[in-house]
Amino acid sequence: MAALRIDAKNLHYTPLNQQIRKAVCDGVKEIVIDNVLGQRFIADGLRGDDVTITVNGVPGGDLAMFMSGPTVIVHGNADHAPGNTMNQGKVIIFGSTGDATAHSMRGGRVYVRDSIGYRGGIHMKQYKEKRPILVVGGSARAFLGEYMAGGLLIVLGLNGQVPVAERGVGSGIHGGEIYVRGEVEAKYLGVGSKQLPATAEQMEMIRPIIEDFAKSFGLDPAPLLKEKYSRIAAASARPFANKYTPE
Amino acid sequence: MSIGSVPLRFKVEIDPERCMKCGRCVENCSYGVFRKESDNIVVANSRACVACHRCLAFCPRDAIDIYEKPTDYRTHPVWTREVREAVFNQAKTGRIIVAGMGNVLPYPSIFDRLVLDACQVTNPSIDPLREPMELRTYIGKKPAALSVKEKPNGDAELLTKLAPNLKLETPIMIGHMSYGAISLNAQTALAKAVTKMGTFLGTGEGGLHESLYPYQDHMIVQVASGRFGVDINYLERGAAIEIKIGQGAKPGIGGHLPGEKVCADVSCTRMIPEGSDAISPAPHHDIYSIEDLKQLVHSLKEATEWKKPVFVKIAAVHNSAAIAAGIARSGADAVVIDGFRGGTGAAPRVFRDHVGIPVEAAVASVDAKLRKQGVRNEVSIIASGGIRQSADIAKIICLGADAVYIGTSALVAMGCRVCGTCNRGTCAWGIATQRPELTKRLDPETNAVQVANLIHAWTDEIAELMGAAGINSIESLRGNRDRLRGYMLDEGLLNVLDVKTVGA
Ligand code: SF4
Ligand code: SF4
Repeated sequence: MAALRIDAKNLHYTPLNQQIRKAVCDGVKEIVIDNVLGQRFIADGLRGDDVTITVNGVPGGDLAMFMSGPTVIVHGNADHAPGNTMNQGKVIIFGSTGDATAHSMRGGRVYVRDSIGYRGGIHMKQYKEKRPILVVGGSARAFLGEYMAGGLLIVLGLNGQVPVAERGVGSGIHGGEIYVRGEVEAKYLGVGSKQLPATAEQMEMIRPIIEDFAKSFGLDPAPLLKEKYSRIAAASARPFANKYTPE
Repeated sequence: MSIGSVPLRFKVEIDPERCMKCGRCVENCSYGVFRKESDNIVVANSRACVACHRCLAFCPRDAIDIYEKPTDYRTHPVWTREVREAVFNQAKTGRIIVAGMGNVLPYPSIFDRLVLDACQVTNPSIDPLREPMELRTYIGKKPAALSVKEKPNGDAELLTKLAPNLKLETPIMIGHMSYGAISLNAQTALAKAVTKMGTFLGTGEGGLHESLYPYQDHMIVQVASGRFGVDINYLERGAAIEIKIGQGAKPGIGGHLPGEKVCADVSCTRMIPEGSDAISPAPHHDIYSIEDLKQLVHSLKEATEWKKPVFVKIAAVHNSAAIAAGIARSGADAVVIDGFRGGTGAAPRVFRDHVGIPVEAAVASVDAKLRKQGVRNEVSIIASGGIRQSADIAKIICLGADAVYIGTSALVAMGCRVCGTCNRGTCAWGIATQRPELTKRLDPETNAVQVANLIHAWTDEIAELMGAAGINSIESLRGNRDRLRGYMLDEGLLNVLDVKTVGA
């Protein structure tokens, strides 16, 4: 079936999403949306493993929230919380994103070519085969991976950026792992997180993910893979076990 | 010098004259109070007793007696036993004290200082046996005005687009108690009961177990800060969706289900690995303002194609009225106000007892504020936290609520004795536990009947109260302060509640 083109100029998000849903329901596999300007909730709760949606412009908040399957490619920046509580699928952003990127994400992948705002990957979690992955090309702001309960977060610090140079990295983390190129200054690590150099085995694990990220944006993965990485994870499996006493 | 042990909280005694040594107390006590010794049954450890009364309930001979606080401290009006023992506990452990169930401080009850009206002579009361009484309640947005068009054949056509509403056959719903906090058997019993009674049950933030899918049309799914168990299937299954911002038993903080309670089945509904802690942060990290709340409300509606009402639950706090006014503008269909007497599986004692306000005052001020701003029709008000009897329901409806959530009382209908140790995971009644040997004590069928009976009885009582007041529809009771009077309430509170004093 031919790709469907939607012109989103002056279109509210609800009719936009209705058109997307209807197209997916009718079996359309390729949707291109032009002139996107701040429409929130694009592909919110959408299913369809083999559906690709190309967004030309700047989508509003909660892009692909609760999404379960499709691939969304954004040629532009994205606002607040893309990939929020996303279940499955892929979001590829050729630009930067706002705060709470991949908030509470539970499966699938979010790739951000440039940088993300505050609270990136906060409270990501995993269950069985569902392991969410957030890869950021540039840098992240404070509270990265806070309360993380599972999943994988990688910050590459491309173009000479420091991956994270703000506080609260992994505070309250009790599952999952964060990798950064180079390392995070100790003073920026949050309560309950621990940083160690990534082992060869861990590098092998993230290699295909970095390669896939690079491929998505037409970058050469080789220089990225040559570098040293650090891994930030929970200092203990039960960070709050000793906080409470029964009455 | 060590602090040593504190006096017994409960002393358990078996009357040897009456005991027939059947051993039921030994089997039933999950706290290890009783022991079989050769052919005798003895009280091995009174200290372990929590007064859950499981043994009493199953002793065939009424042979067991439980005494509370058999040893006195020196009485002191300020240094109560609880205060002293909390200090001992924290001096030993250096930790935050947690406990189950609701507020235990003896704050005066506002409910108990409000009285209802009844007709005498000047207008007759209505006999609910003879006249129809309308208790059906719709939760959700109501249009400010209707526009209709007359069709050529004389029929009227409704032009106004109506928002989805929940249809309740009684204003009594059961609030959110998650699988994890309570057992699946307990949830199943509650789900069966609400289905039978034409009302609704909240899932809590523990996801929705597959075995409850048959009752999904009577379940409200919850989205809390931990987003446990939340995916598009879950959202689509619920009859409504509730965003939990806060909880009356612990306003302002998140929740923490310890790994020990995350068994295989709980892990699958919450969608987290077995044995891992389930931590709900204090705020939703995608909601830092009313604008962000609006965004979440709309994203939930958009994801479910605007087919489901979305509720927002907040703890009753000083500023509830202004917060609720913001919620009314966020696009939410109902606001749930959870009072400071609400129960919980586990809460820090300091929050349980000292943070928040009574639901009576919060609901009255929320209702007043929304009316003043002309948006009362935009959101329904659901009152929860501390509803103990049908009179409380009638009173809170007079103060402006559309419906209530009950919690503790539904558990009491299944045997819970409000012993307050839900946090320990060894509930002898099979309610607040995941241990298979305990949960199997609770039969969903019989317990569903008990819970349904309670809702039925309370609904009948509300109908009688309404009839006595000459009111035949719950809509006429709602916000009807005129049928309430304050008894020994101070002027400030009378003003907040907007009720007159008795005699006026
Ligand atoms: S249940 Fe009652 S009668 Fe039976 S052993 Fe215990 S105390 Fe005795
Ligand atoms: S649910 Fe169980 S543990 Fe909790 S108060 Fe009731 S009887 Fe006690």
